[in-house]
Amino acid sequence: MDEILAYLKEERSEEWRAELRKSIKVKERTKKIRVEMNEEDPDVRNKNNIEVNSGLTEEQAVLEALRCIDCPTPTCVSGCPVGIHIPSFIKKIETRDFLGAATILKETNTLPAVCGRVCPQEKQCEAQCFYTIKMNEPPVAIGHLERFAADYEQNSGQMGVPLVAENNKIKVASIGSGPAGLAWAADMAKFGYDVTVYEALHEIGGVLKYGIPEFRLPNSVVDIEIDSMKKMGVKFITNFIVGKTASFDNLRELGYKAFFVGSGAGLPRFMNIPGENYIGIFSSNEYLTRVNLMNAASDEFDTPVMSGKNVAVIGGGNTAMDSVRTAKRLGADRSMIIYRRSLKEMPARVEEVKHAQEEGIEFLNLNNPLEYYADENGRVNRMKVQKMELGEPDESGRRRPVSIEGSEYFLDVDTVIVSVGVSPNPLIPASLKDLKVTRWGTIIVDEDTMQSSIPDIFAGGDIVRGGATVILAMGDGRKAAAGMHKYIQEKVSN
Amino acid sequence: MNRIIKKEFFSEKVAKIVVEAPEIAKSRKAGHFVILRVDEKGERIPLTIAGADIEKGTIDLVVQDVGVSSAKLMRLNEGEFILDLVGPLGKATHIEKVGTVLAAGGGVGIAPLLPIVEAYKKAGNRVITVLAARNKDLVILEEQMRQHSDEVIVMTDDGSSGNKGLVTKGMEDVIKREKVDEAVTIGPAIMMKFAALTTKKYNIPTVASLNTIMVDGTGMCGACRVTVGGETKFVCVDGPEFDANKIDFDEMLYRLSAYKSQEEEAYKKYLEQVST
Ligand SMILES: Cc1cc2nc3c(=O)[nH]c(=O)nc-3n(C[C@H](O)[C@H](O)[C@H](O)COP(=O)(O)OP(=O)(O)OC[C@H]3O[C@@H](n4cnc5c(N)ncnc54)[C@H](O)[C@@H]3O)c2cc1C
Ligand SMILES: Cc1cc2nc3c(=O)[nH]c(=O)nc-3n(C[C@H](O)[C@H](O)[C@H](O)COP(=O)(O)OP(=O)(O)OC[C@H]3O[C@@H](n4cnc5c(N)ncnc54)[C@H](O)[C@@H]3O)c2cc1C
Ligand code: SF4
Ligand code: SF4
Ligand code: FES
Repeated sequence: MDEILAYLKEERSEEWRAELRKSIKVKERTKKIRVEMNEEDPDVRNKNNIEVNSGLTEEQAVLEALRCIDCPTPTCVSGCPVGIHIPSFIKKIETRDFLGAATILKETNTLPAVCGRVCPQEKQCEAQCFYTIKMNEPPVAIGHLERFAADYEQNSGQMGVPLVAENNKIKVASIGSGPAGLAWAADMAKFGYDVTVYEALHEIGGVLKYGIPEFRLPNSVVDIEIDSMKKMGVKFITNFIVGKTASFDNLRELGYKAFFVGSGAGLPRFMNIPGENYIGIFSSNEYLTRVNLMNAASDEFDTPVMSGKNVAVIGGGNTAMDSVRTAKRLGADRSMIIYRRSLKEMPARVEEVKHAQEEGIEFLNLNNPLEYYADENGRVNRMKVQKMELGEPDESGRRRPVSIEGSEYFLDVDTVIVSVGVSPNPLIPASLKDLKVTRWGTIIVDEDTMQSSIPDIFAGGDIVRGGATVILAMGDGRKAAAGMHKYIQEKVSN
Repeated sequence: MNRIIKKEFFSEKVAKIVVEAPEIAKSRKAGHFVILRVDEKGERIPLTIAGADIEKGTIDLVVQDVGVSSAKLMRLNEGEFILDLVGPLGKATHIEKVGTVLAAGGGVGIAPLLPIVEAYKKAGNRVITVLAARNKDLVILEEQMRQHSDEVIVMTDDGSSGNKGLVTKGMEDVIKREKVDEAVTIGPAIMMKFAALTTKKYNIPTVASLNTIMVDGTGMCGACRVTVGGETKFVCVDGPEFDANKIDFDEMLYRLSAYKSQEEEAYKKYLEQVST
């Protein structure tokens, strides 16, 4: 962190920045009101798949950039897991050098167009902004600005392909093409390695493709970045499950010198309550995969999906919000969140909860499912729910939900989506006896290098953290790339 | 992209397809399956690897035309490509020398049974195979089964081939005649349910290979879940084979019918479309 701050200080002292700061008084800057993201009409958008946030206009972006006072010690940066040079890129926007802003973003973040859309900014960079901590005012809209600059570059037709070092012919591979694998691959390509990314599914992108819906993160946004990685020389091999299609030993024989495991936390959890296997009860992974990866909602595609009238989604995270809003879009009359704590404890991004409320999603907070019932064909038709209240805080610091005796009631439902979390994908650990894992099945790594107990295997993202975030996964990927680069250089020079 | 090297019809609705897939040919074992997607619009469907040739780098699939996806696959010609194919998936069959093995296959379950019969035979077992189908045309792979079995008994509902009667009758005849040490059954869920009830009467350890609906095949979605011994299991990663006497077949039966009306409608539309 100190290194980044020193670097940022240097940038800040450049003449144009000093001029820019002087051009408008701090008092003037802080008087301005935070920009509002342009959004599609809730009553229209909840029937289609278009992106809810339509982005900022150039004028809006410049005005918002102006609010940033270019702090001598930019606390916002400490809130960003990859240490984006936040004031540097924002000040470029203020001078209308939008491509320049995008270039700065790409120095630390492989997928700014993605992070600008899906980062929980309110808990990260924006939580540490001067406005939030010192003025008790809405923070600079760092996420919106990040998205603006990245989109501007994508739409400009002048996508810069990052410089890559001369090919050193050393083969390395990633297992998984989610944000962790992609961030790792981009850095390794920059270092000059011969990089291959193996992916089990038929699409590249991990959760960005099969999980997060089109109305929040269009696939085209991810594909443009993947294209630019292909231009950097990264090879993608889909439909290939490492540990099944070929073992690590097979791959070592092919000449790979080191591996990065970014295989994610793909295993859905269920609650193991009676009736959970009835027809019409899905994991959110299945529901979202059918709709996002397989295009099940479109008549032209062969994969089917159930579009219920009364849909209950169990859980309060991003996955639950994505599922409940997808159900609404597939035509549900009632699309409900059933969550055992209160709105305040919900782990979902604040913006998603707000959007869901606008779109007519019902929130049954402090409610918990107990049992499901079905008709004679085995299709769920009713569930038993119990009301909850909040007790003492638990280990996570959130107040523990406690059931209220005698408060059980029945709810008519024809579709239920269980979204109570995921576990690490066991495929890789199961195929490597010597790999050290925690009792939750996450891979144990060195915090600084991301190296696992097997020297040529590094890991990061959800397979190390359990369920986390896109930006943390990407941060891990970059750290692992640095760690691996050092490991290989040391081996080569010995 | 995987090229189709050869296609051979066993009957109007059943064909063997030899597909280029060198890595899978090398790593697959009896009991493994693949998931494939025929084209851009296609769904991901699971098919058992019925055989493989490591030298040629090919695997064999035996498909029965039952709906849109299987029909689309059957229409592909030699030289054409399957867009996506991934595997080998699932756990390999646990094969040991146990003595006498009774293998019972019904309908399209006969295809996935072939590599298992082959493996049991190779391990030195006496293998008796019962093949059951509605009629003569649906009895497939009889020849190949005979090559790897000590005896093959054919049962048809209408008596048009072999003996008239259900698979369970064929099985019971064998069990009454000689000592059976282990049984394995693959077929429609309802058939497996009754096959399992039959062997249970005689305390014969039995495995069933389940053909639930799947999406990813890697443990990611839970579409394939079944209850085994009171616990939820994922067929694609925990199976596809389980102790037949612990499987909740009734639950599996209704889960298989989850999309029935949508599937039938789509199949009808597809047939209209290809016939014009
Ligand atoms: C519905 C949903 C919404 C979310 N919303 C947000 C959000 O708004 N903001 C946010 O920050 N985070 C969000 N998250 C969390 C975030 O997406 C994850 O933390 C992140 O994607 C983890 O990245 P990863 O690269 O570790 O793994 P993943 O994205 O899970 O990618 C792993 C990839 O590895 C592949 N793979 C696994 N095993 C193998 C193998 N053996 N061989 C080859 N390939 C393999 C998988 O198929 C998969 O494609 C959300 C998650 C979900 C499910
Ligand atoms: C592990 C595994 C191995 C399999 N191996 C083979 C194989 O070697 N050869 C083969 O032909 N099929 C096999 N199957 C079944 C095959 O996957 C289905 O027949 C196929 O998915 C049907 O797709 P469809 O679009 O053609 O028909 P759909 O339109 O999906 O279904 C048509 C009809 O078939 C029934 N059906 C749908 N899915 C299944 C299923 N999974 N099992 C049984 N009935 C189903 C439906 O209820 C419906 O009545 C296997 C399934 C599994 C899970
Ligand atoms: S990557 Fe995320 S946390 Fe970092 S600055 Fe961008 S929006 Fe904020
Ligand atoms: S803390 Fe806020 S105001 Fe200060 S530099 Fe960062 S974004 Fe700008
Ligand atoms: S098919 Fe998705 S978990 Fe088995």
